Amino acid sequence: MSSTDRYIPDRLQSPLQRRLKSWETLLLAVAVAIFTFNAFASPYFLNAWNLSDATFNFTEKAMIAFAMALLIIAGEIDLSVASIVALASTAMGAAAQVGASPATLVMIGLTVGVICGAFNGLLVTAMGLPSIVVTIGTMSLFRGISYIVLGDTSYGGYPAGFKFFGQGYVWWVFSFELALFAVLAILFGVLLHLTNFGRAVYAVGNNPVAALFSGIRVNRVKFILFLLTGLMAGVASVCLTSRLGSTRPSIGFGMELEVVTMVVLGGVNILGGSGTIPGVVIAAFVMGLVTFGLGLLNVPGIVMSILIGALLIGVIALPRLWGMWRG
Amino acid sequence: MIRRYLQSREAILSAAILVLIAVIALRFPAFITPANLANVFNDTSPLMILAIGQMIVILTKCIDLSVAANLALTGMVVSLLNIAAPDLPLAVTLLVAVSLGAVLGMFNGILVWKLNIPPIVVTLGTMTIYRGIIFLISKGKWVNAHEMSAPFKALPRHVFLGFPVLSWIALAVILIAIVVMTRTTLGRAFYAVGGNPHAAVYTGLNVGRTQFWAFTISGALAGLTGYLWVSRYAVAYVDIAGGFELDVVAACVIGGISIAGGVGTVGGAVLGALFLGVIKNALPVINISPFWQLAISGAAILIAVVLNSRANRTRGRIILKQTEPVA
Repeated sequence: MSSTDRYIPDRLQSPLQRRLKSWETLLLAVAVAIFTFNAFASPYFLNAWNLSDATFNFTEKAMIAFAMALLIIAGEIDLSVASIVALASTAMGAAAQVGASPATLVMIGLTVGVICGAFNGLLVTAMGLPSIVVTIGTMSLFRGISYIVLGDTSYGGYPAGFKFFGQGYVWWVFSFELALFAVLAILFGVLLHLTNFGRAVYAVGNNPVAALFSGIRVNRVKFILFLLTGLMAGVASVCLTSRLGSTRPSIGFGMELEVVTMVVLGGVNILGGSGTIPGVVIAAFVMGLVTFGLGLLNVPGIVMSILIGALLIGVIALPRLWGMWRG
Repeated sequence: MIRRYLQSREAILSAAILVLIAVIALRFPAFITPANLANVFNDTSPLMILAIGQMIVILTKCIDLSVAANLALTGMVVSLLNIAAPDLPLAVTLLVAVSLGAVLGMFNGILVWKLNIPPIVVTLGTMTIYRGIIFLISKGKWVNAHEMSAPFKALPRHVFLGFPVLSWIALAVILIAIVVMTRTTLGRAFYAVGGNPHAAVYTGLNVGRTQFWAFTISGALAGLTGYLWVSRYAVAYVDIAGGFELDVVAACVIGGISIAGGVGTVGGAVLGALFLGVIKNALPVINISPFWQLAISGAAILIAVVLNSRANRTRGRIILKQTEPVA
């Protein structure tokens, strides 16, 4: 009855069967369907440059979502990521005013991200506080600091070399952000699925007590994941700031919702313990395609957010409704 | 008995609020005039009403992030209703507001109860859906003061026995909540379900249904506040009370309501709200930019949650005293 019940089947399904029935396959089918629908719905959709532009809809959020996926699999959550983006952007903006070089700016952005992540991680692991309350608090605190610094003003005047991270292209229509997204997807995929650390993440999320008794330093794993999430928020902040070319304290407002949606849509269990990086990657494409396709059809942003919200609830509700109907 | 009260959360918080007011009064004596304090109470009324609803939800181990969106949607609906039928009696308007809010809350509750979806996912989703619906029904337009009928706007500001009706409504909600939470089976059920869900099942309580009622009450109070909000500020648009859900959760956390469920009082929630209300009203008086408010409430949440965890750390109870060595 409750979602915590786990059944252990007598016989495992064959690998092929399991793969065909997996969440990722379903999601991929949805992505293909949306792509096809969009291609027919708008004549401007199948254009390499337009599609390239569309990737900006999700690359920054997806970078955070990779780290967030690991964090959620480990049974924690970080709602402060959008505020970390704002704080890191504010720090970079302040540095740009005194003539910092692009390399320095990137370092500052990443460092602020790591510090914020460490702050969250310390409160959660060292003090044993629930991550949802801590990060609701730091969500206000971090963005609050940006508001104190900036008020109703904004920072601009970033050096020309800084533009590359958000506006540059590596090759033909492939932007730097898209390339970074691909590299990070592989790195996080390897980290989660092929390393001891990745197994530890699943173990911590499934049963922290058992993980502790089997020799996993649970708090250290969680702390590292908060650091990683902070770092990725810093990376996203560099890209977003570079792309927009200005910093206001409201930058990236509400981004945490889309990041969490992306992670949950990607098949990560919000209660921890299961999920995959390929799932999150496909979810990123699904969300990017939906928003881009609707944008081409002149659907206003706020209406898209209804859809994102419905998607978030729907992807969890539909399988359960299906199960109830069949069960 | 007295000693227990002095050590209670409410006493400490009351003391903190009094100290805060005293410090402000040292520099700005005008702050402690009865008229101004009444004004602070009146200004904090919406937060207090919402914090009580949120408290009930948190008691049952859930969280309701959709309250501000619920408030805004209900506010918009009653405003549009007022334009369409200016002569509608206020009682009907109030009834519509409370019932619509309750229905929106029930939607959250059903998803949590029947489909077992984690409350944070449900309410993150409905938060954006409700905001989006406001845009759809208002087509993004504002409802301004001149479009609202005079009685519609007058109610919360109408002075009755020296206080505005808004304050009286908040007072009534507080009193009813105290009675319900301490003197009715439903009220005790909220505590039981959050304190120990398994034990609650064995005592014959339906955990999901109790959570459903918690969301319904939270929604109904959000709906009530929706009308009060738009009529008091005489404006309704998509973004009213944006981010207010964080203040509401903050008030609860500051008021000592444990996010793990089962622990908290109406008094705590009200004092938590008043604490934030005093800070918010004091900032302009002591000449600090209102941009500080977000960071201060973030810091207040973090300090409160750290203090809570210290206070709740059980030292283990001695059931049998060690026997005295027989001489």
